[in-house]
Amino acid sequence: MATKLKAVDVVVVGVGLSGSILAKELAEAGLQVVGLERGRWRNTDPDFAMPYAHDELRYVKRHELMQDLSRETLTFRNNAKETALPMRRLGSFRPGEGVGGAAVHWGGLTWRFLPWDFETRSRTLARYGKEQWPEDCTSQDWGVTYDELEPHFDRFEHLYGISGKAGNLKGKVIPGGNPFEGPRSREYPNPPLKTSYAGALFKDAAQKLGYHPFPTPSAANSQPYTNEYGATINACVYCGYCQFFGCEMGAKASPQTAVLPNLMKQKGFELRTHANVVKVNLDSAKKRAVGVTYIDSRGREFEQPADLVLLTSYVFNNVRLMLLSGIGKPYDPVANTGVVGRNYAYQTPSSVTLFFEDKIFNQFMAAGGLGMTIDDFNGDNFDHTGLGFIGGGFFQAATSGARPIEVRPVPRGTPRWGAEWKRAVAKYFNRSFGIAIQGACQSHRGNYLDLDATYRDSYGLPLLRMTFDRTQNEHKMSTYITNKAAEIAKAIGPSKMNVTPRLEKYTIVPYQSTHNTGGAAMGADPATSAVNKYLQSWDVPNVFVVGASAFPQNGGYNPTGTVGALTFHALAAIKTRYLKRPGPLA
Amino acid sequence: MDESGGRRRFLKSVGALGAASMPAAAVAQHAAHAPAKSEKYMFLAPAEVAFLDAAVARLIPADDLGPGAKEAGVTYFIDQQLFGGYGVMAKMYRQGPHAEGTPQQGYQSPLTPQEVYRTAIAEINGACAKQYGESFDKLATAQQDEVLHALDEGKFPLDAVPARFFFNMLLDNTVEGFFSDPIYGGNRGKIGWKLVGFPGVAAVYTPYIEKHGVPYDALPVSIEDILQGKSALDEHGHPKHVLLVRKD
Repeated sequence: MATKLKAVDVVVVGVGLSGSILAKELAEAGLQVVGLERGRWRNTDPDFAMPYAHDELRYVKRHELMQDLSRETLTFRNNAKETALPMRRLGSFRPGEGVGGAAVHWGGLTWRFLPWDFETRSRTLARYGKEQWPEDCTSQDWGVTYDELEPHFDRFEHLYGISGKAGNLKGKVIPGGNPFEGPRSREYPNPPLKTSYAGALFKDAAQKLGYHPFPTPSAANSQPYTNEYGATINACVYCGYCQFFGCEMGAKASPQTAVLPNLMKQKGFELRTHANVVKVNLDSAKKRAVGVTYIDSRGREFEQPADLVLLTSYVFNNVRLMLLSGIGKPYDPVANTGVVGRNYAYQTPSSVTLFFEDKIFNQFMAAGGLGMTIDDFNGDNFDHTGLGFIGGGFFQAATSGARPIEVRPVPRGTPRWGAEWKRAVAKYFNRSFGIAIQGACQSHRGNYLDLDATYRDSYGLPLLRMTFDRTQNEHKMSTYITNKAAEIAKAIGPSKMNVTPRLEKYTIVPYQSTHNTGGAAMGADPATSAVNKYLQSWDVPNVFVVGASAFPQNGGYNPTGTVGALTFHALAAIKTRYLKRPGPLA
Repeated sequence: MDESGGRRRFLKSVGALGAASMPAAAVAQHAAHAPAKSEKYMFLAPAEVAFLDAAVARLIPADDLGPGAKEAGVTYFIDQQLFGGYGVMAKMYRQGPHAEGTPQQGYQSPLTPQEVYRTAIAEINGACAKQYGESFDKLATAQQDEVLHALDEGKFPLDAVPARFFFNMLLDNTVEGFFSDPIYGGNRGKIGWKLVGFPGVAAVYTPYIEKHGVPYDALPVSIEDILQGKSALDEHGHPKHVLLVRKD
């Protein structure tokens, strides 16, 4: 029997990147806000303290900062003909657990999606006609445009102290930045990070081939920076323990460094850790949420009534809570009806690795997002006529941390073990670098999330089930753009190259990226989206579902910058409109 | 002093308060002969230790480049991992029903890594006794390689788990033990890090990252070194690396 608690104005489910910002802003606006976090409290000291912070085995291989699958995981199959089985060990993606969520161990690449990304369907049809549209592709317009999101991108980048170089200031192209980006109202708050050797070689080669290299925008702050919340983020020291790690310097922007110092001082805010929300409770008409039910670390069940419920956990939990609570109609891929679980997408990463005989790169000196990028083959920045696919991705000569358990490339054809392998590892560990290609992933009718009929979590509730494979569109795109990256690599002059487009059947085993998207897609049409353009549930208007779960498909970028923008976009709608007149905003 | 390759090397400390300089030869000796730990095995039985010593010595052999996985203490590392959370599937989902699934669905065995090692080693030694008349560790290295290749290619008949499943686990754990911080019992004397030129726990690299193409030859520093007070630290706890500066 649940204990019913005193009602509050707002309950925030998941205190990560989006949840921390929304909680801070709404508490400051005078509301009573409770943050419910399934994991524990984590902070720079002692959780990411030296010397333990620099432990590759603990953080990369034993997943210290990541989700404990013994309590909750998901099941996976490539297509509806297979039987889904549980993901027993983390592999392809690594969601976080605890305060700060995955934004504690993220890599820090902070992008604005292209104007094209937000209008993928209408712009593709307008430029190329219906023949270009992939069969059974369910990618769609977001219901919001880049121009509407621009102020929110700007605010998020300034909150997190992003280091970068503008390429388009109010419509004027700025040399040294990304000329393909949407117009921005201001320069980045911090100058770009320093340039690694790999980045310098890539920049030079890309420029000679007529492309437009620029420094990758990064949440590793290039200098000490104090943001609008009064939090100071330190300067990055290029230690190279960034992605999958917490930052001992407090130099990687995260909820811990950018938001929590302020949030935890808000009188209207209360944080409850080890509070696992299992359901959003609805009224009898299922038109209004009355609060949430959660279970604490002693197994006690509580009902927390609230006027406004914000789902701000990772993609999977946002979608699962909607399904467990009966918010919105579940997607049915056979009938092609329903919306919750629809438009699950991912990323299509590929790479080119360059090996040299005589050059030393010191790739262990690194930062999250450190690198030089070109965007010439992303989105619709190049002519897709006759190519048979839509979308693209950015190419980055990445210097994000070479640690030898995971990062020890050898030329293709080298044995997996033995003396020859040892010789190649010894030779090339410091004489190689990679061009990482962050390919987009369109949504597809057969890719979706729903509840598993067999497997359960530690509370006895059904696990989420993922049905996913990349389609021909992604394979064609990956082949085309990876070959373009190989041309740049060749111009740099390596002795050997591994060119690795993403062509195989999707597998949940090797790490690819923690860029899962969709399942609670936003849009202008309630028949094809779970939330409206303000991330408000169409069916239960006092529930907002914030995060990459709202992406109708994934762009050729890391998602976090766009998640930050959507967070401030939803916040603006809540503060300026919803609170004054609660009800549907669209 | 002159060293091979005609390069004269001397030591320079990073930062004003670096460690005292040592002649290069003394450094090399210090590095190569780090005292071996007394191995108090927690999980592995003697026959399993013998198997793993032999197997990891083939996966990462000692050769003219330097010591291999056996000398790095990888067997002891695996023992410690199997005894700890990893060995009993901490943080992994263990509920049934179990099915073999597709390769894309990953680890589906109900067996923990402890159970996988125990059963697979017994099966492999049994098969080796049948075919060669000896357990794996007593075979000639060419025969050991034959067995390992058969496991790698999935051609060796194992019953409890697929051969490649065990081989991948063994190879993965061997690489971990060769390259992880010595605090876990492997990478003894920082053998793995020295082989590839990895400095271990990072220093502040801000002054170095734009020195393009310049080797950064540091004596690697481990978490263990820092805990034992063997490395000078800056105010954030980063070690001050001792650099071997090349002067041609």
